[in-house]
Amino acid sequence: MRLLTHNMLASNARGAVTGYPLKLQVVKWSTKEAEPNPEFLRGMLPKIDWPALVAATQALGLPELLPEAPPTDAELSAEGAAADEGSALRRLHRALLEIHIEEGALVCPDTDRCFPISRGVPNMLLHEDEVRN
Amino acid sequence: MWYLCVFYHRLLDYRRPEVQSLAELFGGPGAGDAVEWRMPENHHVDSPFHLVRLPGDERLAAQIANRSLLVKGIYELWGQGTTYEELERVVMAYPEERKLPYLTPESTFKIVVDSFGKGRVNLKKPDHKFFVMETDDYGCNNGLPPVAQRTVFFGREVGAADRHLLPTYQLKSRKYIGPTAMDAEMAFLMANQGLARPGKLVYDPFVGTGSILVAAAHFGAMTMGADIDIRVVRDGRGPDCNIWSNFEQYKLPEPLCILRADNNVPPWRPGLKEVFDAIICDPPYGVRAGGRKSGGRKLIKGTVAPYTVPDEKRDSHIPSTAPYSLAECVHDLLHLAARMLVMGGRLVFFFPVVREDGVANPAKYPEHPCFRLLASCEQILSMRYSRVLLTMVKVGPYTGEVEKAAEERRREFRENHHKWMEEGNLHSAVFSPADQAAAAADGKPAIDRDSKPKYRGKYV
Repeated sequence: MRLLTHNMLASNARGAVTGYPLKLQVVKWSTKEAEPNPEFLRGMLPKIDWPALVAATQALGLPELLPEAPPTDAELSAEGAAADEGSALRRLHRALLEIHIEEGALVCPDTDRCFPISRGVPNMLLHEDEVRN
Repeated sequence: MWYLCVFYHRLLDYRRPEVQSLAELFGGPGAGDAVEWRMPENHHVDSPFHLVRLPGDERLAAQIANRSLLVKGIYELWGQGTTYEELERVVMAYPEERKLPYLTPESTFKIVVDSFGKGRVNLKKPDHKFFVMETDDYGCNNGLPPVAQRTVFFGREVGAADRHLLPTYQLKSRKYIGPTAMDAEMAFLMANQGLARPGKLVYDPFVGTGSILVAAAHFGAMTMGADIDIRVVRDGRGPDCNIWSNFEQYKLPEPLCILRADNNVPPWRPGLKEVFDAIICDPPYGVRAGGRKSGGRKLIKGTVAPYTVPDEKRDSHIPSTAPYSLAECVHDLLHLAARMLVMGGRLVFFFPVVREDGVANPAKYPEHPCFRLLASCEQILSMRYSRVLLTMVKVGPYTGEVEKAAEERRREFRENHHKWMEEGNLHSAVFSPADQAAAAADGKPAIDRDSKPKYRGKYV
């Protein structure tokens, strides 16, 4: 599971107020390189909850990866950004798309309900008594 | 410019919408609606020969044809006639300035079927390909009505479908498939209807073994998928035979995310909307594989007391699920799309139709205030049942009112679960025996097998 997915998910179990952001518990994670796509990243950035993404990188022990404020469109569009490993574009790409949580869990901030991540697949299915009426 | 567009003689209902979607994909917003169609004189609408007017220049026509699955060729029509003599006269009269660029002594050409003109012939790698096509030889095997008038066309090929990708992606050589995996040709058609291309994000909420996303990824789109069945999405048939291996097999980038989730109880965070460029899927309608949703035994009121999972079993508990009615499944899908698609994004999905008097009734296709129906392509599967590929575009924003209306409808589905299961039970509508008793009273069989159209039309 990539951090992009973590940024999109919430607990929808009964008792959750917002169910978001889910706390990230990591047992095993890895990095897989992927080709950055600037158009995709520019389109996705406005949808990202930045503080939650920064918190997720911190939970992984990568406090230096992302700055406090999201990059601007100009930074993402800067010439040569895709080739420069230290650029804002490449850091965003790494945070959203190259980090994979293999094993771990997503924990609801309101109810502590634990959604396991196994073999990279988060299991968001509810038990029958957790579905809201 | 008007072109001759010759289609493969299959999936007849899918052919024009594919060309229009690809016009939109390569020509930009509005280009799909700008496409115009005519039939050549004396041609049945199911004939492979269509005349199409495409916006833009010839490059656009070539892009459309080359990306398509169902376009055998798009041709600059140099002439047509009812005899070869007439054709020759018409072609001779076609403006020289349109012909000469392709008839220079330096360029090579090839004429398919017949020879024409002068110059060097190169049958393997010609610069230009010319086609002579006749409509006279319709036997009784192609399923079309008899030809009223022989027509001969002569044209220069502008572009043609590359169907070589079909053997590469055919299901029988794919490592991991399930019983309802989408066949490769249909999956590519769906990806074309969804305008899949690089930089765009495609989501399939009923991902199964990932066959639709494989097609979208082939066209360069980023993909995401979800399924309620953990065995399908996580385990597959082992470490080298699962969703991920299907993408590896074709050297495609793996999906951004595969998750286990129930589209009836979607796990998206509050406030998240407009993230997907297309949602493309084949919802479980309950004919081959029934849909399931969360809630399980709790919904069977009166038979079983509300079930509570004991605390010590929560980690290993496998939740029971309840059947998911077609109506509720489609409602949830349209609501998901209204919320999660960008404006102008596309929803492409199969919708089942029980045929009444041998036809599908478009009045029964689902509607939603946020969507405009662009195309409906029927594929007849049995005497009683068709599936229709619906292509919709998001034209209205996801407002508080839309959200509130969906919430009320959702409550209605939950409170009347049994009623909806009975009314929306497609499996029994399709498979129950025809009412023989009522028919016997009329003195004729319930289904008149001879009434099946003599040409194949939508059966192809």
